[in-house]
Amino acid sequence: MRNLKSGILIFLIMAVLTGVVYPLVITVISQTAFPDKANGSLLSGDGEIHGSILAGQKFTLPEYFWPRPSISEYNALPSGASNQGPTSEALRQAVEDRSRELTPYISGQIPADLLLASGSGLDPHISPDAALVQIDHVAQARNLSAEQKAHLRELVNQYIEQPQWGVFGAPRVNVLRLNLAVDDTFGKPPLEGANQH
Amino acid sequence: MTTQNKKTNLFDPQIVRRAISDSFRKLDPRIQVKNPVMLVVFICAIILTIVVIVEIAGSQYSDFKFNIQIMLWLWFTVLFANFAEAIAEGRGKAQADTLRAMRKDTVARRIRNGQEEKVSASDLAIGDLVLCEAGDIIPGDGDVVEGIASVDESAITGESAPVIRESGGDRSAVTGGTRVISDRITIGITATPGQSFLDRMISMVEGAKRQQTPNERALSVLLLSLTAIFLLAVGTLKGFTTYSENASGNQSFASLTVLISLVVCLIPTTIGGLLSAIGISGMDRMLRKNVLAMSGKAVEAAGDIDVMLLDKTGTITLGNRMATSLIPVWGTSIDRLADAAQLASLPDETPEGRSIVVLAKDKYGLRGRDLPSQTRFIPFSARTRISGVDLPGRDGTMRTIRKGAIESIWNHVRSNGGLFPLELNVTAHDVARSGATPLAVAEGSEVLGLIVLKDVVKGGIRERFAELRRMGIKTIMITGDNPLTAASIAAEAGVDDFIAEATPETKLQRIRDEQSEGHLVAMIGDGTNDAPALAQSDVGVAMNTGTQAAREAGNMVDLDSNPTKLIEVVETGKQLLMTRGALTTFSIANDVSKYFAILPAMFSGLYASAGGQLGPLAALNVMGLHSPQSAVLSAVIFNALIIVALIPLALKGVKYRPLGASVILSRNLALFGLGGLIIPFVGIKLIDLLLVNFKLI
Amino acid sequence: MTNTNWQAYPGETTLSDLTQPLGLNVQNFLSAATGIAVMAALARGITGRQSSGLGNFWVDLVCSILYILLPISIIVAVILVSQGVVQNFSHYIDAKTLEGGSQILPMGPAASQVAIKQLGTNGGGFFGVNSAHPFENPTPFSNFIEYLSILIIPSALVYSFGILVNRRLHGIMLLSAMFIILFAGIGISLWSEFHVNPAIGGLPFMEGKEVRFGIFPSALWSVLTTAASNGSVNAMHDSLSPLAGLVAIFNMMLGEVVFGGVGSGVYGIVLFAILTVFIAGLMVGRTPEYLGKKIETRDVFFAVIGVLLPCAVVLILSSISLVVPGGLAGLSNKGPHGLSQVLYAFTSAANNNGSAFAGLNASTPYFTILTSIAMLLGRFGVIIPVLALSDSLGRKKYTPPSTGTFPTESSLFVILLISVIVIVGALTFFPALTLGPIIEHFLMIGGRTL
Repeated sequence: MRNLKSGILIFLIMAVLTGVVYPLVITVISQTAFPDKANGSLLSGDGEIHGSILAGQKFTLPEYFWPRPSISEYNALPSGASNQGPTSEALRQAVEDRSRELTPYISGQIPADLLLASGSGLDPHISPDAALVQIDHVAQARNLSAEQKAHLRELVNQYIEQPQWGVFGAPRVNVLRLNLAVDDTFGKPPLEGANQH
Repeated sequence: MTTQNKKTNLFDPQIVRRAISDSFRKLDPRIQVKNPVMLVVFICAIILTIVVIVEIAGSQYSDFKFNIQIMLWLWFTVLFANFAEAIAEGRGKAQADTLRAMRKDTVARRIRNGQEEKVSASDLAIGDLVLCEAGDIIPGDGDVVEGIASVDESAITGESAPVIRESGGDRSAVTGGTRVISDRITIGITATPGQSFLDRMISMVEGAKRQQTPNERALSVLLLSLTAIFLLAVGTLKGFTTYSENASGNQSFASLTVLISLVVCLIPTTIGGLLSAIGISGMDRMLRKNVLAMSGKAVEAAGDIDVMLLDKTGTITLGNRMATSLIPVWGTSIDRLADAAQLASLPDETPEGRSIVVLAKDKYGLRGRDLPSQTRFIPFSARTRISGVDLPGRDGTMRTIRKGAIESIWNHVRSNGGLFPLELNVTAHDVARSGATPLAVAEGSEVLGLIVLKDVVKGGIRERFAELRRMGIKTIMITGDNPLTAASIAAEAGVDDFIAEATPETKLQRIRDEQSEGHLVAMIGDGTNDAPALAQSDVGVAMNTGTQAAREAGNMVDLDSNPTKLIEVVETGKQLLMTRGALTTFSIANDVSKYFAILPAMFSGLYASAGGQLGPLAALNVMGLHSPQSAVLSAVIFNALIIVALIPLALKGVKYRPLGASVILSRNLALFGLGGLIIPFVGIKLIDLLLVNFKLI
Repeated sequence: MTNTNWQAYPGETTLSDLTQPLGLNVQNFLSAATGIAVMAALARGITGRQSSGLGNFWVDLVCSILYILLPISIIVAVILVSQGVVQNFSHYIDAKTLEGGSQILPMGPAASQVAIKQLGTNGGGFFGVNSAHPFENPTPFSNFIEYLSILIIPSALVYSFGILVNRRLHGIMLLSAMFIILFAGIGISLWSEFHVNPAIGGLPFMEGKEVRFGIFPSALWSVLTTAASNGSVNAMHDSLSPLAGLVAIFNMMLGEVVFGGVGSGVYGIVLFAILTVFIAGLMVGRTPEYLGKKIETRDVFFAVIGVLLPCAVVLILSSISLVVPGGLAGLSNKGPHGLSQVLYAFTSAANNNGSAFAGLNASTPYFTILTSIAMLLGRFGVIIPVLALSDSLGRKKYTPPSTGTFPTESSLFVILLISVIVIVGALTFFPALTLGPIIEHFLMIGGRTL
């Protein structure tokens, strides 16, 4: 009986320590040291929050670089993936469909990450290849001159992130960041027709 | 008879014949139930038999040729395992028969109230006194209470030379069934009829009282669990197969017969079928070394021994002290000393005395001489502690030569007006310190020098102890000597430790101490005062020449009464465990190949692309077996035949070499682990080729 | 408390900011600490010389939390925040996207929970897609820290175990066996993942993976998280190549052995070490001993139960679920992959892992009940035999080793241990695996989809 009592007491103390004190302490440290990152690395402008630099967004207009396919359509509530196995007919079909949709916009080989969905459904990145092959359709949709197109290419190259400290991860392009830069440089496109792609 | 047994061929035709009929007799479910692994095979065989009978009765033949062959091979598997056990028992049985023939009812001459009466041996009770004269068969186990006799014990020991049995001392035990060949003794009966040594021996060799040993039980638990999990793995395969058949729209080759075959091939039948044969043959091997183990547990424990207590006398040394050198006093020639020493010892019949004569002859070229008739021999007496001779010298005067302990000779020469040289006293001390015993020799009042008596360590014993050390066994010498002498002999013989001035109490205490530190102690002994220590030790080997008390206390009896036998006992114990481990490893390793034979056979039809006949899993048919049927049948046949093929190994045991554990392990692993992986691949492929060749499938 | 953290919930939609830390953090800490306490009890059992009593559970529990789990968690959590893992108590944020749409961004105290779910081999994510989520694992470096956290405590505890039983070298040998199996798994997994998928037009295996990590860290994580019974994921295991999936399932099938859970990995491998010593020890001709304690019938019995009970649970429940409608209803893939999904689900549940071939709809009452049964049997079906074994060993006399003793501090022991682990696992599950990932591999090579 005494054992049980002290057991319950220890449990309660530990519960408060790990369930309340610990997260609060971490929150205080984080909010002091890295307030921006602790709050979701948000992008704001014009008094509005445009999203998070870490979370991918849905882009359908040809004026923008497109991200990877997302099963949740970049809806963060909830995040999700296709969970199709490697011999899934449904996956093969989906890849075929995506390929058919992209073919008019992308000449040549379509990079795999534009055909295959990410795990989180919020993947903010595409591979450098996937960004480079999209320069054509972005330039065309925005009616860019050859000179401007070269500028766009430069911009893309500029936004290729190398592996973190040369060691961790793969080279990649943050689609939201790139598209913001494109908007900054070449102006915001009209938004009618968005989300119809 | 046991000597005869040593020569018995592993597959003596007579034993084989009996074993074959026994293997059918063992199909009795009450016997099968004792071996759960084989019981599964037994039940599987019955189920398949029913399937086959139903097919015949209903004339509904589907894959009949295949089913009936599998059924037959399952029965063979059961029979082979029975045969292994039967042949292991066979040799014991043959031996028991001979022993039993000897136990024919004898007439005992019981002495009651001073009167002799003839009664049947089976009517004797503990405490009865019986009389035996030359030619009589001793009617029961007992101790000689009066008299001395030579007894022929060849019936039990196989040794044809008669042994002396006398009242008192350590050679008083007699065994029922042996024969008195001279003189007359009175025996006090110590065992009730039916529980005599002979009876116990019969039941031991027959295996009637055989119980599972602790290690065997632990292994059985493991084997049983493996059997359970394989039954489960195959049983649940039904769900996986049904799903896959539905998903692919193909049929798999997973009939009841195939599933049963898979179970039988996977469960550890190799070790399961041979387990009891290994245990029985372990005791049998002990017996062939003329050691009678009272239980299988004792044999097994022998393998675990890490401390061994050995008597100095008779085991480590030759039993008696021997003269090894002579040291003359300054100014005396060695020849004179040798001459005197030999003269003093010529009439001395003690082993020590004889060794002095031999030393003088071998080392100093003095032949034994006949002493003149006037010679007077002064025998050793406890009071004077001196012996010697008085004999006429060449000049007619009497020479008085004496030999004895330093102190005694000191007194002797002093009383004759001489002096004991101080120098010699110092030498004597040195000799004593080196573990030997100095004897002084004096002629008249003149001290001539010293005879050095030493315990002589048996030839080759040092190597045996080194061997034991490599096996991980610590040797402890027990001796009544003083610590100084003991230490020196211990060093010479290469034992690890010794107990000097040992008493029964110190022996017992030492065994308890070692045991409390977690050691397993073996001890060999013969005397009544050894009995407590024998009983306390984990493996107590009593010598057959010893007392009845010692034989009762130990859990093994060495019929040869050879103290170094302990080493062989340990080896046999180790072999027993090694054989079990090796066959278990082999059995489990075998399963890999059986999966590669049977699974592709079962599933190669699944997910076949339209038009194609073989699905993707045909790629796992690495042995390239002919057809699903031939693959399954080959695996089942291999599984049955391997039991037969391993019977000799089970009976003889895996070879033991006194090497470190890692060396033994890597050797056995390569042989039985790696071998167990590879051999079945080859075997199954060969059987498959034969089956196809002979159109059996 | 089980340590499975089966995550059929997406944290962001079903749990409030307060229930996550209170419910899950507390559970994460306590279950990991329980694992350490059981491991300590086992070590005491082995070192105990004919003693009874395995130590005070509560003292072990509190000490594990205060001195091990909490300090490391704080460090890891702060590093994670520096990489962008969220840590706040804010409301969800409604963002206006560039194209004018709306995106609700979930917030909450994620970093503090992610740290302990990785360190305590719990694996239950703050968000539904676990460490694939950008707020839970934003950068390649955070990814590195997170998978390092999976291994750090389980592997350190194996070493500690060696010290606790006064056989440091034995601890190192156990650790080497684990690393060898781990690296073999990583090798197979990577080899397979770096091929292309002929069934899906020759594309690489990027489905279900994040660009910021790429294939290598994702495959690596899948091996680590299943070996160490963590269960967190940074890529969707359902979409792994068949052989990488096989490695993941097989790692779990081996039980909590290759690192395993915090503490539980140690006792998992000790069960196997006892079986190894028993089988191989016989071959040196002595009654087998483990760390000076003789292995007898009772000990073999408990070790076998602890090893085989989870296997039995997996086989039985998977087999049933593949034929009853309630089970089949959950499958999202056809053919062998569907079988793999079910097999993965029960293997993960019974072996305290918690990761999933997430396509399986496990939130139906059928799977909820059966996976719960599997979790309970898998956790306590091992802990109870382990405690019984500790008690049994603790009562035994200590046998000092000699040259005739089977050496548990040699490379030979490592080889044997690995063989026993792999062979027992393989023999038990080979039939089921052939009909799942193995056949799928061959189908995929043939370019077939179902």
